[in-house]
Amino acid sequence: MLAQQLVNGLMLGSVYALVAVAFTLTMGILKFLNFSIPGIFMIAGMCTWAMLKGGASLLVAIPAVLLLGALLSYGVERVTWRQMRGGDRFVPLVSSMAFLILLENLALIAWGSDQQRLILPFQSTSARIGDVVVGVPQLVGLALAVAVVWTLDRVLRRTRIGRAVRSIAEDAETATLLGVAVDRVVPLVFAIGGIFTALAGVLFSLNYQQASPFMGEEVALKGISAMVVGGMGNIWGAILGGLAIGVVETAAIHWFGARAVDIAVYGMLLAILFGRPTGLLGGDLAKGRA
Amino acid sequence: MSGYLEGVLVVLAINVILAYAAFLPIVAGQLNLGIAGFMATGAYLSAYLTNAHGWLPLPAALAATILTAALGLVVAFPILRTRGIYLALATFAFGQVVVATILNLDAVGGAAGYPVATHLGFPAIAAAAAIVFVTLYCLFHTRFGLSVTAVSDDELVADQMGLSVRGLQTAAFTIGAGVAGLAGALQAHHFNYIEAQHFNVLLSIYVVLYVLLGGTQTIYGPLLGAAVFTLLPEVLRGSAQWRYVIFAALILALMTWRPQGVVTRGLLRRLVEWRRPSPAEAA
Repeated sequence: MLAQQLVNGLMLGSVYALVAVAFTLTMGILKFLNFSIPGIFMIAGMCTWAMLKGGASLLVAIPAVLLLGALLSYGVERVTWRQMRGGDRFVPLVSSMAFLILLENLALIAWGSDQQRLILPFQSTSARIGDVVVGVPQLVGLALAVAVVWTLDRVLRRTRIGRAVRSIAEDAETATLLGVAVDRVVPLVFAIGGIFTALAGVLFSLNYQQASPFMGEEVALKGISAMVVGGMGNIWGAILGGLAIGVVETAAIHWFGARAVDIAVYGMLLAILFGRPTGLLGGDLAKGRA
Repeated sequence: MSGYLEGVLVVLAINVILAYAAFLPIVAGQLNLGIAGFMATGAYLSAYLTNAHGWLPLPAALAATILTAALGLVVAFPILRTRGIYLALATFAFGQVVVATILNLDAVGGAAGYPVATHLGFPAIAAAAAIVFVTLYCLFHTRFGLSVTAVSDDELVADQMGLSVRGLQTAAFTIGAGVAGLAGALQAHHFNYIEAQHFNVLLSIYVVLYVLLGGTQTIYGPLLGAAVFTLLPEVLRGSAQWRYVIFAALILALMTWRPQGVVTRGLLRRLVEWRRPSPAEAA
């Protein structure tokens, strides 16, 4: 029973972890809390539902949705981040919130406010390991999350573009002076964040077989919490934080009931912020501890 | 006055009060995303005092304002230890915890919501909004307002000039909390029903948007921001769902063209100079 709860928590946490990675990328590199992420997450989930309903194969739908996520996030960079120079420090935050309102209402116009049910192209989706039931899409999702983050970690540490990204995280102005094409690297960071967000949206809609225009908000708040718990700007921290939030959430439901979830999760967030604001792993992309 | 117009004006008055609740902390350099939490505190305190202890709505709202400010003072100490985005996230987490706690309090109805017996009409709420505006206007034009602006412009220099940065930030945060509590109390007594789910993080975000859209440099910014945010969706109501799309596009456009907010010190100065002919013309 306990093992089952732990597995459920980890599976839920893997979705939070992907969203947290998307948040932590823009946060760690640009010091920018990107509120368009819940919007892109939701669009990804809704498009997965719409494409499966339209009879598309998953092999077509998933790459298409990931591409859409990258493009949307690139658009957000154009309209929010580029405009920030010389402006108030809160401007990109406000603009990205406007994106969230925009995307949510476009989805409402296109698909209505009902919660949609996904029809999966495959049958039974769970496997038994001993007494524990594991959802196969969830397991694939978790493995995928770790694999993608591992790849990202390698890219950040070992490649030329990774070094450029880390130099911007350290000091964008100095990076520009030293010849880093900041205006070309930053859109790339946004596009990668968009892919992570879209992947999380796809996995969420497949795992829980549902999608709605409001699906992004709750998950994004948990994703932000996961980012802080793990340590802002630390991508492995985001994974750890996401899994921790998932486990705490399922544990709170199991022992105290559904109404205790928010007290437990956000109480933990407050405790971390007051006691250890750098998070569990301590985040600093610039120092190569990504 | 028609019922519809009065309804819109009540929401406008409450939103103006909320905007000033977020304004003072923002001027002091704190992005408070926990406004909804303080608003919920004020709403439930005032409702509880009238329902369970038979208080009249006005004294109850006043008491709720003071008690919410006291709560703000207490949480200001741990929260102001954090800075920048950490502070925004700490206030966000605080707001979530407050709402989640109320959801678990069966004495005030929990998730079912809480009916409020006593009613406050539009005149009382409009008067409260006017009092809040005048109070903040006066406060903003005293040494305190000047000091808070100095802290937001450059904390280090303000500190070196002998200002108590921590004290000013605590005061701004506490006053903001109290004003948010007042807005909550008024909302509770006007609509006669409150539910914890209403006071979510999106509400806090919208309030911050009022202020940033209006502009943080002058006392008029939050007033204009709250008015635009409240009235524009009403004006656009004709186009049903598209109104929020248009609304979001307008925010994006405004943030691109006027990143400092609509009302800035420079704009006010130009307005004054435009009304007054220059000495050369007068001669």
